[in-house]
Amino acid sequence: MDPQLYNYWLVILLMMTGLYALIARGNLIRKIIGLNIFQVSVFILYISAGFIREGAAPILSPNVDVYSNPLPHVLILTAIVVSVATTALGLALVIRIKAAFGSIDDDTLSYSSGDSATELSIKTQKSSQ
Amino acid sequence: MIAQHAQILVVILPLLCAPLVLLLGKSRIAVWFTVGVLSVNALLTWWLLLQVLTIGTLRYSLGNWPAPWGIEYRLDPLGALLQVMIASIAAVMAPFLRKLLAEEIGSSRQYAALVAFILLTAGLLGIVATGDAFNVFVFLEISSLSTYALIAIADKRDALLASFRYLIVGTIGATFFLIGIGLVYILTGTLNMDDLAVRLPEVSHTNTTQIALIFVTIGIAIKAAIWPLHAWLIPCYSYAPRGIVAFLAALSTKVALYALARFLFGVFPLADMPIGSVLLEILQLLAIAAMLIGSAAAIAHSNVRAVLAYSSVAQIGYITLGLALATSAGVTAAIIHMFNHAFIKGSLFMCIAILATGSGKHALESLKGLGHRMPIVGIALLIGGFSLVGVPLTSGFISKWFLITALVQAEKWIWIVAVLLSSVMSIIYVWKIVEAVFDKSDDKQVRSYDLSVDIPIVLLAAVSLYIGINSSALVSTAEQASKWLLGMP
Repeated sequence: MDPQLYNYWLVILLMMTGLYALIARGNLIRKIIGLNIFQVSVFILYISAGFIREGAAPILSPNVDVYSNPLPHVLILTAIVVSVATTALGLALVIRIKAAFGSIDDDTLSYSSGDSATELSIKTQKSSQ
Repeated sequence: MIAQHAQILVVILPLLCAPLVLLLGKSRIAVWFTVGVLSVNALLTWWLLLQVLTIGTLRYSLGNWPAPWGIEYRLDPLGALLQVMIASIAAVMAPFLRKLLAEEIGSSRQYAALVAFILLTAGLLGIVATGDAFNVFVFLEISSLSTYALIAIADKRDALLASFRYLIVGTIGATFFLIGIGLVYILTGTLNMDDLAVRLPEVSHTNTTQIALIFVTIGIAIKAAIWPLHAWLIPCYSYAPRGIVAFLAALSTKVALYALARFLFGVFPLADMPIGSVLLEILQLLAIAAMLIGSAAAIAHSNVRAVLAYSSVAQIGYITLGLALATSAGVTAAIIHMFNHAFIKGSLFMCIAILATGSGKHALESLKGLGHRMPIVGIALLIGGFSLVGVPLTSGFISKWFLITALVQAEKWIWIVAVLLSSVMSIIYVWKIVEAVFDKSDDKQVRSYDLSVDIPIVLLAAVSLYIGINSSALVSTAEQASKWLLGMP
């Protein structure tokens, strides 16, 4: 197999790991970790795409003809910022959930509804998931 | 000078306004400053719409870099129409939010909510303004992050859980979208949407393009709450601060649907792609399921916010169905309903927010007779409810008329039955709300008026009525937009 493609296998592996952690884990912090692994896999996908065989770092130099593509790196820089913001917000929410519910296990958390109507809405929502 | 840069100013103004409001903090000026900026912004979008309708698509190159290399902002009839919708609703709702937020989350955190609200507006406007696929992702996340924060700011623990679960699902959606964009970038080397539309046909048969289309569609479908990816929407609409829900229900899913339309028709060469027609068929089926299941669930609930949330799922079904027909008439119907439903649901959630102000409860029982006590809100609720059903002389009738015409043209007879069935079901759940709100048993006939909330509600309800009576301007804009979107000049 083309060794250049190993990156993409890594991407798939990480993507599946992240998604599995997101779905299978009840702990909210672990869910956020899973989300991060999932996002990082996409970052690697982009960065790998910027690789060009025998390409040098994209700094103008008289001795170099082939340069790697710097654009994916710049794009991913933005995506990393977005991911950091999401993680920060997610963790902040976990802290407040812990304070309000006394637990961060998704399986034990449920909407505490005053009237039966909202309870019903959550049951329907769970069954549709 | 301003005319030349108006296109980008529409996004930049709210982005700049947000940190300033943060600095102004708790002072009274903050709110009126926001209202001022958002009003100027709304005027700018109206001016841009007139420009687009007279001279055609507007293009703006950021930093003067020419299009495929630099980032380009492009405003077409559809984008201009949606910008008018977003900016106008945001400007009208800002004074409304001032009162509701102060009541619900306290004046000490009110300004933080205001900042998130402005950022959300900027994000939504940005999604529509840009012509660059990656920019769509960034603006999608700006608006989503502000939405998570706005939901969690409610002083209820259920809101925290709703926000967290939405954060997880929403981020998966955005990341799926990012994967799709990455794949088309790897294939074509460009992120400009117009340039992608030129280059993708060459590779339309490759597996990568098919997979990119699937990733993009699922990613956006999560944000747009297309059934069965709507599960996040119900708790979010049920537990977020009352004023915020009105804004979210009016705009956030519509803008995601706009992005879907843009990518399905403006970027991917659907007609040449092996899975193109299959995808549209699946979207049609999902839309039908959304209409029927959404309306049925709305009937089953007795919490007003849950009823309206499920009704939104059904209404998103109508829009998706129009888009998935992929005919000129279908897309026109979808655009008209996108516009109308934003005003209908916005005004309905505003009415409910005001009616529930005293008790803070949303069970139908607790709303009994309130329509008599607040007649203006009650009448606006009636107009919104009738629009939702599609009674003639309301905007909802125009939407349904065009959708059914499009279905007749496409000869989808069974779908017509489903649309009519869903409309009948909407009569039932709207009637439940109207019956409770105008219940006669309430004998406290003290009428109360509050201009700062009544005026925004009246304005939104008036739009529904006006379009119901004179829809020619909206229809001609929507027709132009759909022609442009489907590449039929």
